[in-house]
Amino acid sequence: MTTDLLDLPRRSERRRPDANWLLVLPAIVLVTAVLLVPLGQSLVRSVDPPSWTLEHYLSLFTDGVTLKVLGRTAVTAAIVTVCAFLIGYPYAYLMTRVGPRARSLLLVVVLVPFWTSVMARNFAWIVILQRGGPVNSFFEFLGIPGVVPYGNVSGVTIAMTQVLLPFMILPLFSTLGSIDRRLLLAARGLGSSPLAAFWKVFWPLSRGGVVAGMMLVFTLSLGFYVTPALLGSPQESLIAQLLGQRTTQLLDFAGAGALGILVLVTTLLLVAWANRFGGTVSAIGVVATTGSKGRS
Amino acid sequence: MTDTTARTAPAGTPESEAGQPAERRGTQIRLSAVTKDFGLAAPAVDEVSLTIEPGEFMTLLGPSGSGKTTTLNLIAGFETLTSGTIEIDGHDIGRLPPHKRELGMLFQNYALFPHLTVAQNVAYPLRERRVPKAEIAARVAEVLELVQLTGRDHNHPTQLSGGQQQRVALARAIVFHPKALLLDEPLSALDRNLRGALQSEIRRIHREVGSTFVFVTHDQEEAMNLSDRIALFNQGRIEQLGSPEQLYDAPDTLFAARFLGDSNVFELEGGVTGDTTRWEDRAWRVDAATVSRRSGVAERAAVVVRPENLGLVADEKDVPSGANWVRARVRDQEFMGSYRTLQLALGGQERPGRARVSTSDASFAVGDPVVAWWRPERQRIVAA
Repeated sequence: MTTDLLDLPRRSERRRPDANWLLVLPAIVLVTAVLLVPLGQSLVRSVDPPSWTLEHYLSLFTDGVTLKVLGRTAVTAAIVTVCAFLIGYPYAYLMTRVGPRARSLLLVVVLVPFWTSVMARNFAWIVILQRGGPVNSFFEFLGIPGVVPYGNVSGVTIAMTQVLLPFMILPLFSTLGSIDRRLLLAARGLGSSPLAAFWKVFWPLSRGGVVAGMMLVFTLSLGFYVTPALLGSPQESLIAQLLGQRTTQLLDFAGAGALGILVLVTTLLLVAWANRFGGTVSAIGVVATTGSKGRS
Repeated sequence: MTDTTARTAPAGTPESEAGQPAERRGTQIRLSAVTKDFGLAAPAVDEVSLTIEPGEFMTLLGPSGSGKTTTLNLIAGFETLTSGTIEIDGHDIGRLPPHKRELGMLFQNYALFPHLTVAQNVAYPLRERRVPKAEIAARVAEVLELVQLTGRDHNHPTQLSGGQQQRVALARAIVFHPKALLLDEPLSALDRNLRGALQSEIRRIHREVGSTFVFVTHDQEEAMNLSDRIALFNQGRIEQLGSPEQLYDAPDTLFAARFLGDSNVFELEGGVTGDTTRWEDRAWRVDAATVSRRSGVAERAAVVVRPENLGLVADEKDVPSGANWVRARVRDQEFMGSYRTLQLALGGQERPGRARVSTSDASFAVGDPVVAWWRPERQRIVAA
């Protein structure tokens, strides 16, 4: 007993790292249970034990459908990303230039669709975009009949852009807001027109946020299921629909597993590439805001 | 239209103009009734008129909120004039956007572009002017040598110390031979030693480049060290304009006397008109040469004596004849290295004051009654 008491402080000291590690155990258990185990199962099923074959992977490239849908998904995701950027960059810029109240308002406006139920939002888009809806009527009023962005990829693009805007705007807002605006004054003083000062100083410093926002929007776009199912058409299905079809209708778990793994690997490679490129750029962005103060 | 400011601009520079007399370098900047009103209680800059001569080192000195930085921003074009005119060599530039004014600017936070290297930062104004590549390289190397930063070309600004960053900013601000260099508290972010080193650096570069420098600071020591002339700002107006010596030796107002250097201040009941004046029970001689010509002196004045002009004796009998004197008490003392400062309580009102004594002088201890005296020609009578 007595030795135990004497040992106590030392022992608890030695044990502390173990105890700290225990705190993240629930999270590790959760991630393992809901992410790693199903992912492992998909991986195992994709090679179809006990035959251990790669034919399901090979058939992805030969069935004539998968690659086409994958390509369509990537193109759609790219269009959504570009649209979100074109809307998001000026929007985020505006947010950095207005007062705190207007900024909160702008933030709420962009987040409301994000907070709305998926079904409510998509059905609302159907009402707006369908034949005879406000969009169709408006273009007919302008003398351009036949504009019905419903039941095809354009409607899907519009709805996806709307809900993914926060993922573009929030990282951009944080990056743009941290750029020292006196750098723009300095550029003006050194002979740059307002436009040149933007291109040569502000834009390079905002690239980290642009890369972050684009990667978020692009990768999230790849996985959209409900929106293309409701607003698109089966003839123009996206990769998530193909996956859903394989698992729930064809019960082709091996094929679905292989497809899932293909999409995952493609996405991870893309993120790794963008991370390396964006990582250095955003590091400069951080330095731009902190470096000017410290050090002497 | 573009006079050269800087030293010999390389041949082929768009700014260079043949036949420029060598000694006349720098440009004249003339402010006439310049006013900037932000819509607050009082205008930030209130009808300021000031002519900065070619090649002059002019300092705009004043406390924060006195309008000095706003005045500089008006010259740079970062603020728009409410009224008044700004001319550079006789050309009105009040409506020109900043990038067409051809003025170099140095900022307090350096404002170096973090995504560019040192060499790219310095090359920036030249590239904006489409100077040929080979010439850019030569001029960047030349100016980096001038600021003693050779060999750091490929570093990014954050890899440099604060002093080095400000040198890069200085190089970038002068490399395109601007008509004048505007400096907005460029040294206040640096520590004391570095500040001293960069002050002499700036003085040297002003000498070598020879263009007009307009320097903004709230640090009176810095202003006196560097300037040909100082414009002392107070509440949006120029309180007094003159050389550092004039401002220190002959302040016109109580504000000027207090802002530059230490002062013993005796505020009088009224103005000074005759050749004597009274403070408490003392009658003092007035030397007409020491009376400020400000009209306010006749209404309300103060007698100002610098600590180094104050003598201390134990008894009033020891006061030299003809000197003005006041009774005082030693309140505290400070050891300043090369001298000691005695803090005094002056007269019956116990006004705070200070006198300078040598370190070996141990005649007075804290609490001792003393008599402080000075020659009438060493005092200054200012508007209060």
